[in-house]
Amino acid sequence: MTSPRLTYPLRRRGLDHNWFSHEPTIKRPRVSWPDGKAIALWITVPVEFFPLDAPAQPFRPLGGLMLGYPDLWNSSSRDYGARIGIYRIIRVLDSFKLRATAAVNAAAVEKYPRAIDEMAVRRWEFVANGLDMGHVHHGGLGIEDERDLIRQARDAVSEVAGGQVHGWHSPARSNSQNTLMLLAEQGFAYVTDWANDDMPYTVTTPAGQLCAMPLTYEWSDRNLLVQHNLTVEEYEAQVMLAFHRLHDEARQYGSGRILSLSVSPWILGYPHRIKALERVLTRISEVGSVWHATGIQITDTFKAQIAHS
Amino acid sequence: MLREANRYDYLPLIDRPQIRWPNSARVAFWVGPNIEFYELNPPDGQGRPIWPRPYPDVLNYSLRDYGNRSGVWRVMEALERVGVRASVSLNAAMCDHMPDIVEECVKLKWELFSHGIYNTRLIYGLSEDEIRQVIRDSVETIKKYSGRNVDGWLAPAISSTETFLDLLPEFGIKYTIDMAPDDQPVPIKVRRGRLIAVPYSTEINDIRVMGVRGYSADQWAAMVKASFDQLYEEGQHNGMVACLPLHPFVVGQPHRIAALHDVLKHVTSHADVWLATAGEIADWYLQHHYDEAVGHRPSERAVRQ
Repeated sequence: MTSPRLTYPLRRRGLDHNWFSHEPTIKRPRVSWPDGKAIALWITVPVEFFPLDAPAQPFRPLGGLMLGYPDLWNSSSRDYGARIGIYRIIRVLDSFKLRATAAVNAAAVEKYPRAIDEMAVRRWEFVANGLDMGHVHHGGLGIEDERDLIRQARDAVSEVAGGQVHGWHSPARSNSQNTLMLLAEQGFAYVTDWANDDMPYTVTTPAGQLCAMPLTYEWSDRNLLVQHNLTVEEYEAQVMLAFHRLHDEARQYGSGRILSLSVSPWILGYPHRIKALERVLTRISEVGSVWHATGIQITDTFKAQIAHS
Repeated sequence: MLREANRYDYLPLIDRPQIRWPNSARVAFWVGPNIEFYELNPPDGQGRPIWPRPYPDVLNYSLRDYGNRSGVWRVMEALERVGVRASVSLNAAMCDHMPDIVEECVKLKWELFSHGIYNTRLIYGLSEDEIRQVIRDSVETIKKYSGRNVDGWLAPAISSTETFLDLLPEFGIKYTIDMAPDDQPVPIKVRRGRLIAVPYSTEINDIRVMGVRGYSADQWAAMVKASFDQLYEEGQHNGMVACLPLHPFVVGQPHRIAALHDVLKHVTSHADVWLATAGEIADWYLQHHYDEAVGHRPSERAVRQ
């Protein structure tokens, strides 16, 4: 008998799963943004709660509490984001008249009510972001347990979003085999976990379709400033390189592109970093051809054009 | 296990009482050098290994001892030059091992607060009575050598238990720097008495930024100055605290000390800065702002219909 290590049951054209097909970004139908803008600027603000008793298994998300129990130091440092950092970010985004998309843990709705209210008043979009950072979705999670986690997370955020929750972000972008299907089943329009494209694409599950939205991982503050320990100057430089390249490609291919910025209250909200956000937005706004959009605005625009293409 | 510490209420930056520092300063600035003794052969069973290499870990032990032989004296010179008195996070056993350093701190009128006995004795898993012994020993030892009361506490290597904060006020401790949820002091809920958290930062801490992350001293200085500038800007509306945590074995290296001079020059060139110790900040806050903060209720807007 041939060893399973030498058999390749999914060795075929395309991918080794059925969620979506292999379609290169530059070969897909063109998408145009309102007023012919080159770039949709999509700002996502994760609002997270890190519980003291979060399990070490299956893994700790970035920012998870790494010291011995009870890790008062790191749990209070994450609270800093919700007490102080988020208000610095709101102030900066206000000054550019930008509405963000907040990816909110269910626990954060209860623990940081004023922050959530300030976002609601500004008509930010709310995306459900799991229960809290101690509940990551993963392959070992039973389907009923996960269905329940998603429902709880959606309901908690739905309450403050006036029933309008269209997007989903998994804590630490971790999925089980069932996550995408369960999201489609519960009526989500888009998911922001996958890091494999510059543009939205369609995901198909047995329970229906979803739009995969290209939330940045590579130039997110958590990857550059926390994972890779770069300085804010290096962070700014990398974000601007991404912006300029995508802007050029929008012209080159005659299709809109997206600049996703992920701005975390407990990372960019510190006093030594907040001005970097201001500088990046200033430089982006000087370029001009930018559409300020929330996740669902981009998703809807994309879907409407794909349906007609 | 606790899901959360429940030691403070959620007090958002935009809905809290205003802090006014003496002379309407925008920022209370304090410098916290950690003056520490790491044992060559600490006992096992503390929840995690103390040294990364097999004992005796000569390299790591000596890197830290450098702080006491060379680094701290450079830090003293830098602070004295700009007239800033530090607030020392002091392992109490330093009084026994290196009283010359403690005497010099006293001579410079630096504040000394408790950082436990040794930095190699974590408090994880200790009973409340054992923790009381540690607090009492450290407070009494520092008082014996310095002649002064101990107002503050930071557990060795930011180790912790669920209840050690409740025990601090029993020994006259007014402030903890074991938590970092804010840029202003925060009232901490304890069983009896009053306790506040005085802001401290691992974000701009020399050991994390230069020791762990590998930033150059210039990059660290830029970060510290940016942090101070932001707090100074915001402090015109509500008084802020800027803390500069230091480890003489890190910042006191010859290739880094100039960056400390640079940072101190930057801070002290601002007019509306209160050069304070952590204890002075705590006393001011307890006297003028604690009750208002504890009594503060969220404004209507935060109450959802």
